[in-house]
Amino acid sequence: MSDYKAPIRDIEFVINEVANLQEILELPKFKDFDVETVSAVVREGAKLSEEVLGPLNKSGDVEGATWSEQGVQTAGGWQEAYQQFAEGGWCSVAFDPEFGGQGLPQLVSTAVQEMWAASNMSFSLCPLLTQGAIEAVDNHASDSLKELFLPKMAAGEWTGTMNLTEPQAGSDLSAIRAKAEPVGDHYLITGQKIFITYGEHDLTDNIIHLVLARTPDAPPGVKGISLFVVPKINVNEDGSLAEKNDVRCASIEHKLGIHASPTCVMSFGENGGAKGYLVGEENKGLMYMFTMMNQARHAVGIQGYAIAERAYQQAVAYARERIQGKPIGVKAGESLAIINHPDIRRILMTMRSQVEAMRALACVSAAAFDRGEAHEDPEKRAYYQRRGELLTPIVKGWSTELGVDIASLGIQVHGGMGFIEETGAAQHYRDARIAPIYEGTTGIQAGDLIGRKFIRDGGQGLRELLGDMKAVLEQIGGKDHSEMKDIKAALEHAIQSVEAAVGFLLKVDDPRVPAAASVDFLMLMGYACGTWVLAQSALAAQAKLAAGEVEEVFYRTKITTVLFYCHHIQPKTVSHLQALKHSQDSLILSESQL
Amino acid sequence: MKILVAVKRVLDYNVKARVKADKSGVDLSNVKMSMNPFDEIAVEEALRIKEAGKADEVVVVSIGVSQCQETIRTALAMGADRGILVETDQEIEPLAVAKILKAVAEKESPQLAILGKQAIDDDSNVTGQMLAALMDCAQATFASKVEVGDGKVDVTREIDGGLQTLSLSLPAVITTDLRLNEPRYAKLPNIMKAKKKPLDVIPVADLGVDIAPRLKTLKVEEPPERSAGVMVESVAELVDKLKNEAKVI
Repeated sequence: MSDYKAPIRDIEFVINEVANLQEILELPKFKDFDVETVSAVVREGAKLSEEVLGPLNKSGDVEGATWSEQGVQTAGGWQEAYQQFAEGGWCSVAFDPEFGGQGLPQLVSTAVQEMWAASNMSFSLCPLLTQGAIEAVDNHASDSLKELFLPKMAAGEWTGTMNLTEPQAGSDLSAIRAKAEPVGDHYLITGQKIFITYGEHDLTDNIIHLVLARTPDAPPGVKGISLFVVPKINVNEDGSLAEKNDVRCASIEHKLGIHASPTCVMSFGENGGAKGYLVGEENKGLMYMFTMMNQARHAVGIQGYAIAERAYQQAVAYARERIQGKPIGVKAGESLAIINHPDIRRILMTMRSQVEAMRALACVSAAAFDRGEAHEDPEKRAYYQRRGELLTPIVKGWSTELGVDIASLGIQVHGGMGFIEETGAAQHYRDARIAPIYEGTTGIQAGDLIGRKFIRDGGQGLRELLGDMKAVLEQIGGKDHSEMKDIKAALEHAIQSVEAAVGFLLKVDDPRVPAAASVDFLMLMGYACGTWVLAQSALAAQAKLAAGEVEEVFYRTKITTVLFYCHHIQPKTVSHLQALKHSQDSLILSESQL
Repeated sequence: MKILVAVKRVLDYNVKARVKADKSGVDLSNVKMSMNPFDEIAVEEALRIKEAGKADEVVVVSIGVSQCQETIRTALAMGADRGILVETDQEIEPLAVAKILKAVAEKESPQLAILGKQAIDDDSNVTGQMLAALMDCAQATFASKVEVGDGKVDVTREIDGGLQTLSLSLPAVITTDLRLNEPRYAKLPNIMKAKKKPLDVIPVADLGVDIAPRLKTLKVEEPPERSAGVMVESVAELVDKLKNEAKVI
């Protein structure tokens, strides 16, 4: 198994030359930072991921988390690694400095999150969930709750969880049954939650659960759900720990992947009720959850290409070392490493080019979050907010689907050895498989894209995106390099596919058809956006080469990789368009015929 | 007490060194550069002494091109207080490094100077020794344990066949060995603070030190590739080969 090496140069290329970090650092909110400081942050994060988190990835997978009546024990090395991680200040990279965060842009957070997820996805989920809980409290809770919980959570002294799912309430949260009875200044929570990531562990003294539940006279459905803060150990007003709350981890799941991340069944109120504190107002819980959903989905999208990057690194290392046969056209001499075989090259390029497209898209989306939050011009803010919201389901859905495919290709490069656990390629595939499921399945992302992000705003966000895609065509203009011509042609194709899909979707009457078409639309958008951001990468690389930039091999490689994507991957927009136009097909057979 | 730590920017220890086509040296274009690992240990030790309340200030010095500021910032992010870059584009040989450090030490008057025992690029292992000689002060090289006392420092050294403990009066020069400590990871808030810490850049000419090279590099070559091994039939054949072919016994 090869060790993880953080792709620092690739990451810095994308954040600086494609997502334009410099411009974001000029916004007043981020004026304390400069490109050099960000580079130092990325490099230190790389060190931590390579030296501390990476080496625990395989042992964590083999050992897994273990449950007993006393609680959940994390895999060996987890406690020390968590302590280093938290003490380093990495739990709150992009969070508000008022409560102890570092206040860095989401773009920078995206860069370091990739390295956490790639080096050790199971570990990275713990700080990820804490980050989500922090955002929910920060955006919606009262000042007293914020003061009580946020500083400790931002410092990583306490972790956070999101308790949404119940056995009968998965994608449909309107079916939630957990109850919250008001008693004085707090509520008593009862009910069971499942699939709670890091719901119980031995890394910190306390765990702050954010729990969706219904108050006694709440209206049915999604409009009757409230959000509560429920600590594992109650907290005194001075922040010290009081008695244990009525919360228990009843068991943990045996899973296909992410073995070292405890997925807990949580039981609230077995002895009368767990003390909980209302976040914001009653019955607005789901709305509060949605404000942070974009961030959480973005983060899972990062996992998609993070795992793919790791699988790629491992596949390249194996392809260099595995000697087998002679490539086509070579007759004499000894057998060579399989990296010399054209088909292996094809697989490696397929992996690499898509990883680069996904990374660039996620970083461009993160940059939109930053501009949407911090731009001085309110119109620009609204513009970038629409952009970030539009891209999020694409980053989540498309990148995680591709993550699974690419991890699978990683196994393929290993041949039979890839099917053997000891080789390590299989773990990436197993770990990658959860990403298209949690934080909303690909189907849910596609519904969000087509419903909330496209139809609801009358297609404005999408029209703006198409406008930006066409602006890149103009930038390429009449550049006479044949490679830029090919890239331009691919981007033109991608745009035509998007426009044809939009034209089709706007014309259909049967509301079931867009729903049946939604995943094809999402994938089409993913491949098209990938073409768009890679075309920008190629332009940036070409400008550097034209300026006589010294890193010739690096920038040349970038352009070749973009070309591969344009020739081999971009055409998938057309196949998804074809499928989308025939979405009716999925609806013909009756339920009993399936 | 003030501690002076010297740090060198070198080819990252993870990067495979490649010799330039004209054999004039190692190719350093577009490769990752980092702080010399022995110097990281030196920074860490200085910080631990400070954190134990036995020093007030840790000053980090580097010598070389403008990019050495990054190396100094790395030390500042670990917790050092300020930095000095003696800037030059010229190649500086160990004796010149020692002379420059002596000139800096005259200005700063540290009680303790901590250096890595050697840099992983040229493996010279002479700078600390020469610096102590030029400063006419005590030295302890290859330190695996350092204990600062009142006006003195006890240093355990790794020597052939065991450990030696020396007691030095201050000021003194110490060079670090691998087992002295394990350097920390920089904390995120400290990375941000490092940018605001003072970093003076002094052109080498301002120090009035003779840095003219004394050595001439004739050529730099990759180590020869290991040749393939042979299977022997018997112990007798092995002994024979070792005696008569390899001539090692």
